Amino acid sequence: MEVNPRKKIKGSELKMSEENGVIYRISGPVVTAVGISPRMYEVVRVGDEGLMGEVIELHGEQSVIQVYEETSGVRPGEPVIRTGQTLSVQLGPGLLTKIYDGIQRPLPELEKTMGVFIKRGVDADGLDLEKIWEFNATAKAGDSISSGDVLGTVQETKTIEHRVMVPPGTSGVIKSINSGEFNVTQTVCTLEDGTDIQMMQKWPVRTPRPFTKKHAPEVPLQTGQRILDFLFPLAKGGTAGIPGPFGSGKTVTQQQLAKWSDADIVVYIGCGERGNEMTEVLDEFPHLMDPKTGEALMNRTTMIANTSNMPVAAREASVYTGITIAEYFRDMGYDVALMADSTSRWAEAMREISSRLEEMPGEEGYPAYLSSRLAEFYERAGRVETLAGGDGSVSVIGAVSPPGGDISEPVSQGTLRIVKVFWGLDAGLARQRHFPAINWLNSYSLYPPSLDQWYRDNIKSDFPEIRTEISALLQVEAELQEIVQLVGSDALPVDQQLTLEVARMIREFFLQQNAFHDVDTYTDLKLQYTMAKAILSFQEESKKALAGGAALEDVVNVPARTDLMRGRFESGYEGKIDKMLETMIKQIAETMEDN
Amino acid sequence: MTGKEYRTITDVKGPLVFLNKTEPVAFGEIVELRLTDGTMKNGQVLDTSDDQVIVQVFEGTASIDKQTGIKFLGDVFKLPVSTDMIGRILDGAGRPRDGGPDIVADEMADIIGAAINPYSRQSPDTFIQTGISAIDACTSLVRGQKLPIFSASGLPHNDIALQIARQAKLVDSDDDFVVVFCAMGITAEEYNFFVHDLERTGALENACLFVNLADDPAVERLITPRLALTAAEYLAFEKDYHVLVIYTDMTNYCESLRQIGAAREEVPGRRGYPGYMYTDLAMLYERAGLVKGKKGSITQFPILTMPGDDITHPIPDLSGYITEGQIVISRELHQKGIYPPINVLPSLSRLMNAGIGDGKTREDHKSVSDQLYAAYAQGRELRGLVAIVGEDALNERDLQLLKFADIFENKFLRQSRDEDRSISEGTLDYAWELLSNIDTKYLVRLDQKWIDKYHPTDKKE
Repeated sequence: MEVNPRKKIKGSELKMSEENGVIYRISGPVVTAVGISPRMYEVVRVGDEGLMGEVIELHGEQSVIQVYEETSGVRPGEPVIRTGQTLSVQLGPGLLTKIYDGIQRPLPELEKTMGVFIKRGVDADGLDLEKIWEFNATAKAGDSISSGDVLGTVQETKTIEHRVMVPPGTSGVIKSINSGEFNVTQTVCTLEDGTDIQMMQKWPVRTPRPFTKKHAPEVPLQTGQRILDFLFPLAKGGTAGIPGPFGSGKTVTQQQLAKWSDADIVVYIGCGERGNEMTEVLDEFPHLMDPKTGEALMNRTTMIANTSNMPVAAREASVYTGITIAEYFRDMGYDVALMADSTSRWAEAMREISSRLEEMPGEEGYPAYLSSRLAEFYERAGRVETLAGGDGSVSVIGAVSPPGGDISEPVSQGTLRIVKVFWGLDAGLARQRHFPAINWLNSYSLYPPSLDQWYRDNIKSDFPEIRTEISALLQVEAELQEIVQLVGSDALPVDQQLTLEVARMIREFFLQQNAFHDVDTYTDLKLQYTMAKAILSFQEESKKALAGGAALEDVVNVPARTDLMRGRFESGYEGKIDKMLETMIKQIAETMEDN
Repeated sequence: MTGKEYRTITDVKGPLVFLNKTEPVAFGEIVELRLTDGTMKNGQVLDTSDDQVIVQVFEGTASIDKQTGIKFLGDVFKLPVSTDMIGRILDGAGRPRDGGPDIVADEMADIIGAAINPYSRQSPDTFIQTGISAIDACTSLVRGQKLPIFSASGLPHNDIALQIARQAKLVDSDDDFVVVFCAMGITAEEYNFFVHDLERTGALENACLFVNLADDPAVERLITPRLALTAAEYLAFEKDYHVLVIYTDMTNYCESLRQIGAAREEVPGRRGYPGYMYTDLAMLYERAGLVKGKKGSITQFPILTMPGDDITHPIPDLSGYITEGQIVISRELHQKGIYPPINVLPSLSRLMNAGIGDGKTREDHKSVSDQLYAAYAQGRELRGLVAIVGEDALNERDLQLLKFADIFENKFLRQSRDEDRSISEGTLDYAWELLSNIDTKYLVRLDQKWIDKYHPTDKKE
């Protein structure tokens, strides 16, 4: 039996408490140990190779451990060593641009130490402990500080300033603080009571980071995607669910959100997905440009990749690792968007571990605590007043992949009960080349009531009313379409035919948006409002014209309408649209005179 | 660690043997069982603790009694690998089945296989021409992909798999594929069909077969695909071969997984299959791909028969979530006498777009594929309508589309078992010829510039 001596990457020293035990039983990723009395969720080192594991059940003398690495070849009697710590991530400068596995091991580092296959028993630090950062102190000696206060800043990437904070639970008066070049483990600040503060802090992933209070979701997360912003908005600090039937453009939608949303930081979790697909994301993201700064989007991104064949326990942990990193940036006062793809795979990991523990299963074999775990996870989203008194938010966008596309299954249902926004991606629309393929009839957002005041104050006082009118028109269209399928559109009265025409305009001019077109890819809220308003003006003017004896065909075919619709592909559209609208109104009025 | 033989069996249940009072035994360790009549069997440790060890016996537990001697070999399952495996037929546990000598190991490889670091993967983007129009045009395969064939009993999935194995090649390269074939619980008849066909075409010299037949132990099926993939990984990532892995039938594999789960009295998931089936399947399927800095590749063609033709059954459903698409075989087309009876509508290749287009296949490939798909989908829908209202009620466009659906099935899909169509002339040009049965103005998915260039009658030259 070949036993690799435990490899260690320099610097990854975890404090070990003295208590050691031995393995009693091994069954797949679940190992039972005796002779230790650890805390729940404490990290332990299992076997001669020191595999990483986490205590998930205490049972008399026995501690049940889920192991994050493959366990074949491990024997009863091998040591189990306590670390005294729960599963934690390292937080500090150097998180951005990184690609991690589910337990915050940087994948490029793993490749360097063990080649293309992920072997076991290798540790790697989440942060580069050697790298020197330029620390600029903003606090000064004599300042009284407490948890979450900003001590100084580090320019982490070209676009993001990292704010070094006092770790939660620490407070006092600064005795000394120095600007200069430090690595993340060197002391930058000493308090009167002798406490040393480094740039790196650790935080247990399963515990939400503290904040002062949660704000109501009153500010929209602007994405520049018309159907999302206008009809189904997500608030900063809100939660959204996307079901992802294949071929519906989920990936493009997520990339658009990453690119265009007005979040400062993006955390992307690839949880239990295909290796090749993950590679596509890993290949593409670093090449995406941040349109607002012209710099690489990775400068404000952290990615977590745990494919379906990587250890299941690490998959379970990956979403917690991701959201802890997101919360850390939130605490600096940033708006963070977190995308988890896919939460269904995460739920399956819970199911698998639960069945190894021989727990009584709930619906479809999922553990009975599935929905409470989902709720706990989404509850870590929110716009908060940070400990330092600033404003920060974590918005969570979770993809679900229901088996057979049937959303009556427990994970989809558990998710829908919690999230406030549902963007119903629809493979049918995608096949008709309607992108983004979000179904406007079954999607919803519960945020508009709390966001409306913001829209009134910042965009236009009648913004909510316009939105209501637009979505009502789409609803009416759906009903009319049913009749049309039976009797044909010619059988409808002229005003209803006009409604169909207006609704078509909403779909083709407003809802459809080309992610790959330089101009059309992003529309700000003001322009969205103007476009929606233009559609309603068209409806109003056409009604007048029809009442005045114009023919429907003439009205809908005025050339200025096509110009108005095509105009959105031209730059500077916001400056031209009013003029175009004026011309259209004039031309529609002329159709009356022709008759 | 070796040498000791235990006679401490307490229970025997299904394929499992329970024993106690052993020295520490490793999880996944290989076990040798010596029956009282001298027969030898092999097994693997499934669960190990100080008090009890559970061993799954690959050859089944028939004739095992409490006097059976059990020896732990001190190592996890390893397969001797070398390039000599090419051209050989091995059994489901990796022993020669063709009467040839044992494989002389170049190295011993752990059959569980480690996960490829997602950061080290390379995106697959090289088109593989299978010579089958339905696949090449509509669900194009790329090197490093895993594309299962979703079939059902009584359908010619084996013929299709063989045809792919025979014909698969790259467009502008002489790189040949090595085929690793993995049979799990198929009948001797099917096996003979495969071997005979591979022999006839000379492909056997370039293939390595792992065979577990229907009357071989069911439990052995759980390791057969792991052996095959271990061999494939060695050939691809150590020896720079491009490997095509065909395994049939995944349904039998999953049945064995369920059997072990039941014997261990695990809490069952959907339809009695174990809750960890997704991860277990992922650990097989995800062993496909390309990695940076290595020349070789692994492309997988798992075949699975959908119980009751039900695509939402856990086996196809979970497979579909891991694999990059699927090729769906249709009973309806088969009954119409069309070979290969591939229904392109539910079929999908998720990596297609990365592997087609200018410089890879042809610039018009995507448009042609979209147009074929759209026209055929509408034509099929119209068939339903015609059954109710009759053809007279259709307008000109609908009539053309309706006719096209028949043309598509009878000409485009239908090809003989040894017909190898090249992508450009054999498949795409042919598609244009068939599409010319539809008025150009109805071909809305085709760019005008492609129509000008490729349409047989509207060509501007």
